[in-house]
Amino acid sequence: MITLEHVSFRYASGYLALQEIDLNIQGGDFVAIMGENGAGKTTLAKHLNGLLKPSQGRVLVDGEDTRKVSVAHLARKVGLVFQNPDHLLFSETVKDEVAFGLKNFGFSPEVVEKQVGRTLEALGLAEYADTSPFLLSGGERKRVALASILASEPDYLILDEPTIGQDYQQKERLRNFILQLYSQGKAVVMITHDVEFVAESNPKVILLSKGQIVGQGSADSVLSRDEMVNRASLVKPQMSRLFGELAKHGLPRDVVDVHRARILLEDKLGEVKAPVAQNP
Amino acid sequence: MSRAREIIVAKDLGFNYAGAKKPAIQGVNLSISEDEFILLTGPSGCGKTSLCRCLNGLIPNFYQGEWTGELMVDGLDVTTQPTSELSRRVGYVFQNPENQLFALTVEKDIAFGPENLGFSRDEIRERVDVAMKITGTSALKELAPYELSGGQQQRVALAGVLAMKPSVIVLDEPTSFLDPHTAEEVMRAADDLRRELGLTIVVVEHRLDLVARYAERIVVMDGGKIVADGSLEQVLDEQFDMLEGLGVGVPRVSLLWSMLRRDGIVSGKVPTHVEDAASALSGMMSH
Repeated sequence: MITLEHVSFRYASGYLALQEIDLNIQGGDFVAIMGENGAGKTTLAKHLNGLLKPSQGRVLVDGEDTRKVSVAHLARKVGLVFQNPDHLLFSETVKDEVAFGLKNFGFSPEVVEKQVGRTLEALGLAEYADTSPFLLSGGERKRVALASILASEPDYLILDEPTIGQDYQQKERLRNFILQLYSQGKAVVMITHDVEFVAESNPKVILLSKGQIVGQGSADSVLSRDEMVNRASLVKPQMSRLFGELAKHGLPRDVVDVHRARILLEDKLGEVKAPVAQNP
Repeated sequence: MSRAREIIVAKDLGFNYAGAKKPAIQGVNLSISEDEFILLTGPSGCGKTSLCRCLNGLIPNFYQGEWTGELMVDGLDVTTQPTSELSRRVGYVFQNPENQLFALTVEKDIAFGPENLGFSRDEIRERVDVAMKITGTSALKELAPYELSGGQQQRVALAGVLAMKPSVIVLDEPTSFLDPHTAEEVMRAADDLRRELGLTIVVVEHRLDLVARYAERIVVMDGGKIVADGSLEQVLDEQFDMLEGLGVGVPRVSLLWSMLRRDGIVSGKVPTHVEDAASALSGMMSH
């Protein structure tokens, strides 16, 4: 379990980026941390693997205080995938890139090869094994960065804006991958402002604004509430905006994903038995 | 009816990067007029970024490979013009503004392009002031780019491009790093340039809902080819299954409508905006 107890963090410039954060993350959790640019999301992520240490309060990873153990030690448990893949990539081939961490952790060449192959396959990167990461598109480089962290199978996976530059098929693949990880008992924490991705993935949502947690709960309960969404400078998912308009007809407001919307509307309109609706 | 001037004309355009197995773009025919706002989309690797690289001459001047067909931009043949000439006409705003901004202050950053073109001090002054005014960045001029928010940085990048007085601005996934409100702010700034200065705007974007309010026309690519080209409403309505199959990020209300239409629950055109879907469904429930 990763536990944040009253964590505050002030940058050297004096800027207070996090204030009194209390948070628990355990195996099997899928958490989305959302908020506007500058809300403190990335600062929070960097606390989870000890890259940043709290100015006040403490962060415990499986009981160990992040101020007392090395980042290298924590890296085996907590994998952080940065928002910008170019901060992470440096090897000559995709295969070497993904193998790098595993080699550093001292795994045998056979294990390294097997893990690298498996991970590249899972992320649809196998065909690029011998390509330089720098010849790939932005979206592909992002997946290589993800693969290089995933290969060592950390217990806690922190993804900073994983959907940037990804098309819908890749997002779908990412969603399935995340689902697989947390159903295996890993914890996945995703930092994102992609409301539609969150609406359809249904993680536990934590809203951050100006360094404070301003709301938390299931995706449908949080993303359908104006006051919460506004406070975190987000925009409600399209389904939520639609069902806000349809609430006067007795439909629920807390609908954020297309599939639930479809079922509700089929029921409702089946019951109306009016002529088929026309969109002028 | 007078036709607006054609600013980008591609005829059977193709490009194959040196060493690549298949062409990045092939058989592209495209005609874009002044003051159009175009959404260019398609799955990863479909060739949309390569097409944009042709527009400002990065291809073929900086990328090796085999070029076929013709491309005229603002009256210039891309294959015979130096990049310096093309970069004055086609401004490029990248996904991550941090890769684009480097001067110590916003003002100096915006002045960088015109300074390199060797203009007089007065000319540079005027271009920078105008660019800051239009993009709403005047108040930021003394600040360092790293002190700005993502949306402010992206507007400064836009101002830097604008100071070159281009005819076309290409924005390559400009909102990826931005929260939804900030993304909206950048899209609105781009649309202002189109309306006020008659610039042609080309936005590369996966998420259609972000651009739906501004783009009148959508160009969809797959496998290096253009597979759809028309008004957003028309393409969404007539080629929805194809778009979905390609993994294009269609607006969620459009997806919902198309599902309900397939189920025989609703009929009529696929809506692009939440408001349209809400009023159509609402009308049906009031009966």
